[in-house]
Amino acid sequence: MAVGSTERGALTHPDVKRLDDVNRDVLKIMATPGKGWWALFGVCAAGVGMFLGAWFWQIYAGIGVSGLMSPVGWGVYITTFVFWVGIAHSGTLISAILFLFRAPWRQSIYRAAEAMTVFAVMTAGIFPLIHVGRVWHAYWLIPYPNSRFLWPNFKSPLVWDVFAVTTYFTVSAVFFYLGTIPDVAAARDRATGLRRKFYSVISLGWQGTDQQWHHFSKAYIFLAALATPLVLSVHSVVSWDFAMSIVPGWHATIFAPYFVAGAIFSGVAMVITLTVPLRKVFGLEAYLTVKHFDAMAKLCLFTSMIVFYAYLSEFFLAWYSGEEIERTAFWNRLFGTYWWATWTMLVCNGFVPIMLWFKRIRHSIPALFVISIFVNIGMWFERYVIVVTSLHHEYEPFAWGIYRPSVTEMAIMAGSFFWFGFWFLLFTRLLPPVAIQELKEVLPPPMRKKQSASEAH
Amino acid sequence: MSAQGILASYEYLDSTVDAIENLKKAGFKNIKAYAPYPEHHIEHALGYDQSPVRVFTLVGAMTGCAAGFAFTSWTSVDWPLVVGGKPIISIPAFIPIVFEMTVLFGALSTVIGLFILSRLPNIKPAVVYDPEFTAGRYGVYIEADAGRLEEARKIMNAEEPIELREGAADA
Repeated sequence: MAVGSTERGALTHPDVKRLDDVNRDVLKIMATPGKGWWALFGVCAAGVGMFLGAWFWQIYAGIGVSGLMSPVGWGVYITTFVFWVGIAHSGTLISAILFLFRAPWRQSIYRAAEAMTVFAVMTAGIFPLIHVGRVWHAYWLIPYPNSRFLWPNFKSPLVWDVFAVTTYFTVSAVFFYLGTIPDVAAARDRATGLRRKFYSVISLGWQGTDQQWHHFSKAYIFLAALATPLVLSVHSVVSWDFAMSIVPGWHATIFAPYFVAGAIFSGVAMVITLTVPLRKVFGLEAYLTVKHFDAMAKLCLFTSMIVFYAYLSEFFLAWYSGEEIERTAFWNRLFGTYWWATWTMLVCNGFVPIMLWFKRIRHSIPALFVISIFVNIGMWFERYVIVVTSLHHEYEPFAWGIYRPSVTEMAIMAGSFFWFGFWFLLFTRLLPPVAIQELKEVLPPPMRKKQSASEAH
Repeated sequence: MSAQGILASYEYLDSTVDAIENLKKAGFKNIKAYAPYPEHHIEHALGYDQSPVRVFTLVGAMTGCAAGFAFTSWTSVDWPLVVGGKPIISIPAFIPIVFEMTVLFGALSTVIGLFILSRLPNIKPAVVYDPEFTAGRYGVYIEADAGRLEEARKIMNAEEPIELREGAADA
């Protein structure tokens, strides 16, 4: 390939002229927080207070303060757990899968998406601990022989889930950290004082030598290749938490692909929700162009179609199976006590994204932002529908019951969004929120001799 | 034996690649290059082959896979309990755990391999370094005896560097 070829991504960021422009534009985000940032951060910190307060109240008073009661033993906590694991997925999709496919639009969003993954898995990981009630026994999740020398049951999907989620958190955190090292070194070289010390430590003395880059880019490819099947496995395992049991509405082979598609759908929506304000507040219009949002919107539309197809096939098969219990379960979803949750899910995930077929809507950033909020809401309700409507109406009529989320549960659920926002806001201040070095890879390299250099190879 | 070094900072990629190639032609070894992003033209000029990181990934992943099988099977035999009518060692049910362990070990050993091979963390302060290397400049560093240093300087200067710095190699 010719050194002089300017094709590579020259059109992706037409407004970025020089390599060090990227440093200037990205590093200035971290320099001085504006009033808006502090206001948001204050709101999130208060929300984290509510989150922890509600959790401590539950620890103090006992799990009875939640609405969880037989027959609905899984409620808002598990719903929110699945929601956050799902959010995490598109970050890895963008950082690993699209990296392997060399998608030309991922560079400017991938850092934010990957940070979102790490914080979302972190948030998700707290929910099983909240859900089990006696959090001081949380170490029982770790595989070790208990006092009777019994090991956990490795044939149980719940144990698989522990392995899947902890592996996912570890690998995505490592992947995220590794990607930031060269960019943190860039921040270090411009910083002074305490910040410089901080960045020197976390950049591990990165200098960008040929040897470092050589091994770095290879290691990055291998990590991406490992993260790709991992991300598909994690939500499959989460879906088997449901699908391996014989609850009507859960026991379906479609669950793994259905959950993975739903996860990516909700995650891409969340990336849009996060990058729209990021772009606006930090003036990143040259890096996050309409083209990037168009690509994300298309991914959203595609996964929305898979998810909607999965809904329809679930309803169809419930009817087609002729199974009385299964038919009742799905009739109950549409017209039973929780009809409003099901219809919210169908409208937000199936009908609202139809608008994305139109180019004018895909190219309108405010419209995309609004649609992404709808999708976020719809995907939370999807999990609520799966968890609650299936459990409250199983086989035996005398075991049917109604679940009402308590105030504590709702406070913890809402608080998790602030907790997530708290970390994400800190991230935008402390680490380069746009991947500096990856953007430079798609910019045309500076050349002295415009044409002739290609003869060198 | 105190080897002296010269560090040249370049604005252009082709100048950097030319400087590296001319130094190589003149018989210099241990050329070190700096870039703000992984640049395959520089790697090509330096004559890089496959990175041995892949060995770490493979060995790590295989270790994880074997450990996953061994762990789930051994614990099941250690206190045999029939669960859900499945065999004591029921491999299909262990696959998710084996898979997660494969990925976990593979990923962690890739990172360990990267750190070993690229000498990270490197806390020794660099003697000669240009902070613009992480922004937009490319660099070439060469180490030689006093006699040959002049020759290297001439080659590096021919490509119009922005700056030339002199300094001993890693202290």
